[in-house]
Amino acid sequence: MTAVEAAPPVAAPQTREITYAEALNEALREEMRRDPNVFVMGEDVAVWGGGGIFGVTKALVEEFGTERVRDTPISEEAIAAVAVGAAATGSRPVAEIMYVDFIGLAMEPIVNQAAKLRYMFGGKAKVPMVIRAQEGAGRGNAAQHSQSLEAWFCHIPGLKVVTPSTPADAKGLLKSAIRDDNPVIFLEHKVLYFSKGPVPQEEYTVPLGVADVKRVGQHVTVVGVHTMVGKALKAAEQLAEEGIELEVIDPRTLVPLDEETIVESVKKTGRLIVSHEAYTRGGYGAEIIARVVDTAFDYLDAPPIRVCARNVPVPYSAVLETAALPQVEDLVAAARALVRNER
Amino acid sequence: MTAEVQTRADVPAAGALDIREALRLMMTIRLFDEQALSLYRAGEMRGTTHPYIGMEAVGVGVMLALRPNDYVTSTHRGHGHTIAKGGDPKRMMAELLGRATGYSGGKGGSMHIADMDKHMLGANGIVGGGMGLATGAALTARLQKTGAIAVCFFGDGALEQGILHETTNLAAIWKLPVLYVCENNQYAMSTRSDWSVAGGDPARRAAGYGIPGVTVDGMDLFGVNAAATELIERARRGDGPAYLVCNTYRYHGHHAGDPLNYREKEEVERWRLQDPIERVKAAATERGVMGPSEIASLEAQVTAEIQAAVEFAKSSPEPSVDQLMTDIYA
Repeated sequence: MTAVEAAPPVAAPQTREITYAEALNEALREEMRRDPNVFVMGEDVAVWGGGGIFGVTKALVEEFGTERVRDTPISEEAIAAVAVGAAATGSRPVAEIMYVDFIGLAMEPIVNQAAKLRYMFGGKAKVPMVIRAQEGAGRGNAAQHSQSLEAWFCHIPGLKVVTPSTPADAKGLLKSAIRDDNPVIFLEHKVLYFSKGPVPQEEYTVPLGVADVKRVGQHVTVVGVHTMVGKALKAAEQLAEEGIELEVIDPRTLVPLDEETIVESVKKTGRLIVSHEAYTRGGYGAEIIARVVDTAFDYLDAPPIRVCARNVPVPYSAVLETAALPQVEDLVAAARALVRNER
Repeated sequence: MTAEVQTRADVPAAGALDIREALRLMMTIRLFDEQALSLYRAGEMRGTTHPYIGMEAVGVGVMLALRPNDYVTSTHRGHGHTIAKGGDPKRMMAELLGRATGYSGGKGGSMHIADMDKHMLGANGIVGGGMGLATGAALTARLQKTGAIAVCFFGDGALEQGILHETTNLAAIWKLPVLYVCENNQYAMSTRSDWSVAGGDPARRAAGYGIPGVTVDGMDLFGVNAAATELIERARRGDGPAYLVCNTYRYHGHHAGDPLNYREKEEVERWRLQDPIERVKAAATERGVMGPSEIASLEAQVTAEIQAAVEFAKSSPEPSVDQLMTDIYA
């Protein structure tokens, strides 16, 4: 880990408030300026609205031209597969899959080519590519445009998986992902694109594999992914009024996972909640719990709890969608139950 | 599909390609794969092996039209392409036996041999798996202005994969320097391509993308080489991708364990009459490039080289278990 990869000085005076989407756009622009081998491709990344349906690739084509900011046809498998071939031959593609739900069409090149070339070839190949996609519910996009599928990629050796929750993390992590010599699945969240936060003025990166403790507390550890970090912080404010202190951890990268930060926190609190918008069954939260149980079982005062999405396709109606997703009150109830030993 | 294949009229004159080198490569491929089969049958090889025997004119004919920095992607049946691109039979054989000295240190085996230094981007265990790799390599060549092109070898089985449509379409609209070479060896495992491929000659599909589609006798080194040369130079000029369909035949089964209950012996014999190596030998003699004794001594040299490869592989150590978890991430 180099010095330049230090965590962003979020409290430093040299910050400004920008959105998560703007922060990602800055990361792409800076890395494309820094390294001529970096290029962007995907559906509607250049022309639509000036760059990307959420503006992440906005105006990049004006600076870098159509050779390095490439609109593609709606061909998800080709987007991913061509990225692998380009990466294995010395390019650094940042390929976009517009909604992670569409990535089923691209799983072959991701799982069997990108993730495995290096191993199958005995270390003779490297595949420095980023697949950007956005996931998550909350905008009424229904079952085929709202899923959180990070667990699919966490299962595959050879891939790295990144899930930023703040603008500063989004920018710093994307820059690290682009510089990484491995295939990185970089999962953004469609609701978070509009959230604002302080982002350093100076250049910085956030290293892959380092969790961030977003709030310090002594009673319950909450490991949250994407929107669940913000919801956990809201739950923490409510619970603080009744004397329950949550420690909120954003792992930021699921692979590699900063297990140490999570385990150290659980050793202190003795209680663990994992929370994500991905379906509960087979979700990555179960993996986090398993690893904590493996290494810190004796420190647990109560069985860990998953506060994750219901095992149902994401519904359209606001009432049903809200009911399917984990909410602040679910976190509050889970934390209370853990502290009062009601489980 | 029968053994009747289209033959191009414009077979090049003697001297257009290095016949001696072509013959050396074709013999090397055949003897290598014969050795692989016997090692498998002797229980010295795990998994399986997919012999390229009978198809040598395709890989060698195309490869001799390439420059060293051009990229190649391959299929399950990748030994021939690797040898033709300049791969080392010793390290290949060691990989087949899963040894530490193999191309992948024993981590890949027969279906995952690559020689990245030679821009051979690997055999591939997924039907159609090479299409994205080749198309992406062509994109790198274009972005980095290296002047290289990429060749994607694929079998008739991959004609029915969706990725072929997506990558051909993308390469056509982006005018990428890539040549898609279909090795139509008539069967995808037991599935006959004259049944599984709609629309007859697959080269006709090229018209739908507005790119050239050429079909050649894949048992004829000179015809393959001439067509490949033309389409490769076209791609190198920036005029985009093309399909080259080579009608050929695998003398052996899909892999070493093939029951071979789906084709008649007479069909195999018919194709063997067009043996690509015998045809090059005849041409070499006819054109006065090599006499029978020179051909015999070349064959002896190649036999010794393959024997040495087997010895090298057998005497190489197994990988150390401490290598299990390396090479997962860079």
